[in-house]
Amino acid sequence: MKVKEPKIVAFLCNWCSYAGADLAGVSRIQYPPNIRVIRVPCSSRVNPLFILKALQEGVDGVLVAGCHPGDCHYISGNYLARRKFTIFKNLLDYLGIEKDRVHFTWISAAEGARFAEIVKEVTERVKKLGPVKRLVKNRSA
Amino acid sequence: MSKHLKVEVKNGKIKEAINFFLIELLKKNLVSALLVPRELPSKDNVVQSLVSQPDELKNADVFAPVLPVNSARIISEMTRLGSGKASVGAILRSCEIRALIELVKLKQASLDNLLIIGIDCPGTYSVKDYKALCQQGIYPEDELFKNLKKGMEDVRIREACKVCEYPVPSNSDLTFGFLGVDFEKNIFFQANTSKGEKILDRFSYLEFDGLKIREEFIFKYLKQKIKKRDELFALTQKEVKGWENLISFFSACINCHNCMKVCPVCYCRECFFESACFEFNGDKYLNWAKKKGSIKMPKDTALFHLGRMAHMATSCVGCGACEEACPNNIPLLKVFKTVAHNVQEIFQYVPGKKLQEPLPLTTFKEDELQRVGED
Ligand code: SF4
Ligand code: SF4
Ligand code: FES
Repeated sequence: MKVKEPKIVAFLCNWCSYAGADLAGVSRIQYPPNIRVIRVPCSSRVNPLFILKALQEGVDGVLVAGCHPGDCHYISGNYLARRKFTIFKNLLDYLGIEKDRVHFTWISAAEGARFAEIVKEVTERVKKLGPVKRLVKNRSA
Repeated sequence: MSKHLKVEVKNGKIKEAINFFLIELLKKNLVSALLVPRELPSKDNVVQSLVSQPDELKNADVFAPVLPVNSARIISEMTRLGSGKASVGAILRSCEIRALIELVKLKQASLDNLLIIGIDCPGTYSVKDYKALCQQGIYPEDELFKNLKKGMEDVRIREACKVCEYPVPSNSDLTFGFLGVDFEKNIFFQANTSKGEKILDRFSYLEFDGLKIREEFIFKYLKQKIKKRDELFALTQKEVKGWENLISFFSACINCHNCMKVCPVCYCRECFFESACFEFNGDKYLNWAKKKGSIKMPKDTALFHLGRMAHMATSCVGCGACEEACPNNIPLLKVFKTVAHNVQEIFQYVPGKKLQEPLPLTTFKEDELQRVGED
């Protein structure tokens, strides 16, 4: 039987990661079509609730990507985001929600190939976990 | 530089010794008003009051072991739009001071013209239990001191207090201390700042010499508390681990948001969960129900708690006000405190400890947390 293709939401910061995705596109680098991109002004715009809500509504994985440390268009947005995500990851871990569903990373505007690599890797890891049944079922949530 | 004075207790009446001091504070004009808990006429609860007339202090009851409200919220209400011009003294427990410091960092309270008088706190009863004790003719304060003398802890005190690591207040100008002291004979006042010292200078109490014994007592006392706390952490983690357990933990939640409204450090002036982002039309609900087979209403209760946890984790002071306010008795404290403890450890941050230390989410170090973004 064929494994169901996972759906992954990617929050990409406008200034680096989104441009990186764009570069992957114009360079015709192949990557899995599982990703649904949402462009955000900066990685620090991503509220952990966006991630929870996405999982709750049935996506199988979430990727958040921003500029490399030191390169944020707003100077320190990604450093603050890194702290926020650390808290969030810790929370997920504590609550026993599968870590591999949520990924944070840095992708620059020049890293089209890295973007494709990361999408490939994230897709594989999420695929291994299977569909996010328990979050959706929502019997009593 | 701190100063310690011995305050004699006559006939075991600690309250009288304290109230005498408070009345003098007002009479001598050392503060223009005091925020103190006072006993209600029904004699089965206390309520915070802002008192400016000395004779209104007759029923002041600072050691009443009950916490109807975390007073950091009251001070925020009084100072958010600017402190008054005259000085106010506030009698606060450790969890209230710690929450207040967090609120000051969040720019939602001010310490200007505020004299913080901290009191030792070996624990409080819930409002319900406090009342029940009073109705049985047991005076909770006596119960507290009686148990303390025996070196025991009343099983009825709130969970938050049983596992509290801060029975002694910090960041106060003055402290009323009685833990580790022969409180039937005397308690002591400690000045921690020059503001506090100036006030004690106006009184003729004698030097207090029991500090060493007190410190030894507190060291042992804390050890027990921390042991209990760690046991609670371990049990809690087991109880809520996994999405299903988590959902079932919060399943009785009716989304009233009381827990958020009483939390002293729930800092958003307008809650995202009460915004239009969470208003949907009928079709939306029907779609969800169709897609998932069924949805629990009110919707998004677990999401609300996760959102609150992500927000509160750095500043939660473990006061347990959230749990007290829950109409459905969801034991919120243990989950919030456990999550908070984990997060605070990562950033080596102790909420309410140091005013100058920035909130973890308003600062960063360039070379920290390198692994985020790699895995
Ligand atoms: S989350 Fe609960 S225990 Fe923590 S500060 Fe708020 S009310 Fe107190
Ligand atoms: S007070 Fe209790 S019922 Fe109300 S929102 Fe909080 S957890 Fe839910
Ligand atoms: S602009 Fe890219 S992370 Fe801030």
